Amino acid sequence: MSYIQVNNLWKEFGQTPVLERINADIEQGAFVTLVGTSGCGKSTFLNMLLGITQPSRGEITLEDQPLKAEPDGERGIVFQRYSVFPHLNVRQNILIALEFSASPFLARLFGQAKNEALRKVDEIIERVGLSHAATRYPHELSGGMRQRLAIAQALIARPKVLLLDEPFGALDPGIRKDMHQLVKELWQQEKLTVFMVTHDLQEAFLLGTRLWVFDKVRHDPDDASVYGSRITYDLDLSTPQSAANADEFSGEIEQTIAQPVNTLPSS
Amino acid sequence: MRLINRQPSPPVKLLLGILPFVILFFVYVGASQQRLAENPNDKLLPDLTKMSTAMERLALEPSKRTGEYLFWQDTGSSLQRLALGVGISALMGLIIGLVNGAIPVVRANLSPLITAISLVPPMAILPILFIIFGLGEVSKVVLIIIGIAPFIMRDMQARTLEIPSEEIIKAQTLTANSWQIVIRVLLPQILPRLLDTVRLSLGAAWIFLIAAEAIASTDGLGYRIFLVRRYLSMDVILPYVLWITLLAFFIDWGLRIISQRMFPWYHSQKH
Repeated sequence: MSYIQVNNLWKEFGQTPVLERINADIEQGAFVTLVGTSGCGKSTFLNMLLGITQPSRGEITLEDQPLKAEPDGERGIVFQRYSVFPHLNVRQNILIALEFSASPFLARLFGQAKNEALRKVDEIIERVGLSHAATRYPHELSGGMRQRLAIAQALIARPKVLLLDEPFGALDPGIRKDMHQLVKELWQQEKLTVFMVTHDLQEAFLLGTRLWVFDKVRHDPDDASVYGSRITYDLDLSTPQSAANADEFSGEIEQTIAQPVNTLPSS
Repeated sequence: MRLINRQPSPPVKLLLGILPFVILFFVYVGASQQRLAENPNDKLLPDLTKMSTAMERLALEPSKRTGEYLFWQDTGSSLQRLALGVGISALMGLIIGLVNGAIPVVRANLSPLITAISLVPPMAILPILFIIFGLGEVSKVVLIIIGIAPFIMRDMQARTLEIPSEEIIKAQTLTANSWQIVIRVLLPQILPRLLDTVRLSLGAAWIFLIAAEAIASTDGLGYRIFLVRRYLSMDVILPYVLWITLLAFFIDWGLRIISQRMFPWYHSQKH
């Protein structure tokens, strides 16, 4: 059986289908990048993986167990914004993850236990390159540093799956490149399974071992909201050969993404 | 340059700020002199000497009847009632607002009730308080609580709901349970907002305090003002009003400083 299975997944908001008949098997250690025009349902899919949105039909299983209907420690998340706690400095932001799991009532560690936890915290701060800013608060960090912190925070909880929701969308191009490097390194070292939603097709090709494009297959000319999106491209990028083959689709995909979303009836 | 773009330099800004106070002062002194020139026994606009004599009597000499320094006794009693009322309201507002904001089931249960209570005009139920709690300290403190606690509760609930859901989702992915999220994510972020809300509600708290003291009390700043009104003692009323204003200012200023010291991350976040 595959690590993650998506079985005949449908999602409707009220009468409006967003996703229809999504089926997929994902191997452990895959880096899946999700692209599509805005409103295509890629974020909805990520939210279902995260557990904050529930499927209307079908299910997602992780190691043959259906996903819990709320977020838990199996799935880590980095959002585009608001991922870190503004009232805690860098060290405390990461330490709190260890405190949550070790101290159910006070959610605080003391003495020896705290020192041990801080050693782990400092190690991961070092790995994401924030050692020089360990005692700064999030508002004193740049956008890129804040995302580094959010990633470190997610990683120290040792999730099985890491979900990235347009994590670099608000960053400058130069900083984005550094972040790609970091994410790739961490993904390889931790042997994580990653799902990343992005608007940037280049980024999707660069980081992914597998690229999904969400788009509508069926169109109703009178009412575009009748049908939901499906995965229209599922490209294997895991070997240089397959990536080269996939590259020829990039033009078509670029067009798909650039299209305005056609869920709204034209008025 | 357009008027909206013209920024006063710091000394000019300071001067412009002080100017109205100076003008008010001289207008008063001038008006007072004019009336006293016509009638040396005029009570409506006493001059500064009269006021300071009256205040010396109240603040520096023990009362002939009770042996207390009335001014300080009034101040102490009023501040104690205010502190109790505002303190209890803040605590209730924090706990109920936080729980309401954090837990949808509780919110569905309590939020309509709190909204309804906050719409009851507190002064209208003051007689009920006097009937239930008597004319002692309790009814005055309870009036302040009824006056401002629902407002603080509603505001704390709103502030809790304002915390980005991303943070709460993130905490869940870090294995936090509901309790841990409340005490480590929500509570610390709500505390500086509580201080903001308390500062805003202090004005209302003073109103309720002085109203309660005016109606049934044996000491307190509000009591004294309404007592000496019978003798048209503007020489006492005006300094008392000034003193209350000063106290209100310093309490507000103190809370702001405490907030800045304790929650630097909150204040640098706002701009």
